[in-house]
Amino acid sequence: MDFDELYQEIILDHSKRPRNSGVLPPPATRGSGFNPACGDEVTVFVLQSPEGKIETISFQAQACAICTASTSLMTLQVKGTTSKQALALQRHFIDFLTKDGPSDGLGHLRALAGVKKFPQRLKCATLGWHALETALKAGE
Amino acid sequence: MTVPTLAERFRADFPILDQTVNSYPLIYLDNAASTQRPVSVINEIDRYYREDHANVHRGLHALSTRATTLYENARQRVADYLNAEHAESIIFTRGTTESINLVAASWAGNELRPGDGILLTEMEHHANLIPWQMVAKRVGAKLHFLPVNGDQGEIDWSQLDAILTNNPVRLVALTHISNSLGRINPVADVCRTARKHGAVTLVDAAQSAGHMPLDVRAIDCDFLAFSGHKCCGPTGIGVLYGRKSLLDEMMPYQTGGEMIVSVTFEGAEWKPAPHRFEAGTPHIAGAIGLATALDYLERIGRSAIQENDHHFGQAAATRLREIPNLRVFGPAGDRAGIASFQLGNIHAHDLVAFADQKGIALRGGHHCNQPLIRKLGLRATARASFYLYNTEAELDRLIDVLRAASKYFGD
Repeated sequence: MDFDELYQEIILDHSKRPRNSGVLPPPATRGSGFNPACGDEVTVFVLQSPEGKIETISFQAQACAICTASTSLMTLQVKGTTSKQALALQRHFIDFLTKDGPSDGLGHLRALAGVKKFPQRLKCATLGWHALETALKAGE
Repeated sequence: MTVPTLAERFRADFPILDQTVNSYPLIYLDNAASTQRPVSVINEIDRYYREDHANVHRGLHALSTRATTLYENARQRVADYLNAEHAESIIFTRGTTESINLVAASWAGNELRPGDGILLTEMEHHANLIPWQMVAKRVGAKLHFLPVNGDQGEIDWSQLDAILTNNPVRLVALTHISNSLGRINPVADVCRTARKHGAVTLVDAAQSAGHMPLDVRAIDCDFLAFSGHKCCGPTGIGVLYGRKSLLDEMMPYQTGGEMIVSVTFEGAEWKPAPHRFEAGTPHIAGAIGLATALDYLERIGRSAIQENDHHFGQAAATRLREIPNLRVFGPAGDRAGIASFQLGNIHAHDLVAFADQKGIALRGGHHCNQPLIRKLGLRATARASFYLYNTEAELDRLIDVLRAASKYFGD
């Protein structure tokens, strides 16, 4: 059933118990994403090493299950990578959802495949990723 | 408890309702966003395009004469529906939003001076908020708000007189029925108090026009706005009622064809209202469809629709409150057929997606009431809104599905 594909067990789990939830003080940088259609807001905090590696990451969300879970899964996936790798993963993930791009290398993010059948939820799945991009750019 | 509802007699008039969505019978509970159309409206629009269409007011041939007669009869139909004294008080617009923007541009934009006040409530739809923010910025006027308090969305109307005494308020604009709270405001009392202080009044009747008797002479407002698509009519057509003495003094909103008496290369002279405010070819089929919709509502009886609405509004609020961890917004007692709610920690979009999977159309979001929803400490609520074709069985099903959603998303 399509609906259970959208709200897979892992999505429900991460929405109820988001990982890396919280605020990081400066020098961590922050980026926010806002969805005017629903009022959802996500803020991502990243602390980068001088070499551009994401050492710590956290987020705060007032958002739906899809958005919260996507951001939570994102934090697990990009922690320890470089900012360049994280942005490449972002493009890869968005291509996967919007252009039927390949799923290899996406790990648990593949659980968000259900969004493809619910295009009105695409913004939910990508909001945290746009916030990540802003946070990383603020740290450059 | 069995309550005879209008649906038993009228539901069959709405062909769109007879379908399945995601393999379940459609339950349409998004009527505050847009109602559905009865077959009489659909047929009349079809008939008009097949038999009578031409441009209005300018042709001398048979079709143009017929189209003009139908269009102007539609104006009279709206005037009668609102108990307006003059058909010239009825301006056809694209909808409530354009009606309010017209008043903001043509009346407020020219009449208000720096320091003048505009009084609104905190429960206004963005359409009755942002046009006033824009005009206030442009002319240097000041916005005042009547606070809305608590989950019930109460307004302390006793403050009104003091606000109007202590501030140079020139305009009071408020909604008749809140689209997110279902609260019904005492617009006639407000207009009387405003008039006493010399303020002009505007009533946003988007949620009331198709739902209850509406009499502009009894309310004694200066302006009243509503949309066709929220009262069984077509989209893209709406109404601005204006007091004739004000309309005659107002500058045009848009300019172009149809609205002039004479034009030279240097200037133009405007037609009187309403044509002064209807530049270009109007939405003729929309106006005719709207008139047919108003005929339909009058045949059912607006008091009967109001009673039916209030029954569903109150029954829904009562039944919703029986669900654990569910917070209902809006008045505890009498309310329109609108119930907004928050179920536990479940985000409105997740809830609406769940309901949709069961064939139920709900609205989830800020309902174009962002400041109010924020004041309630939320970003979004879910909303069920009822109309004359909804049934008790549909309400039962809504409650069952919400209980199931609570289990699905709950811990």
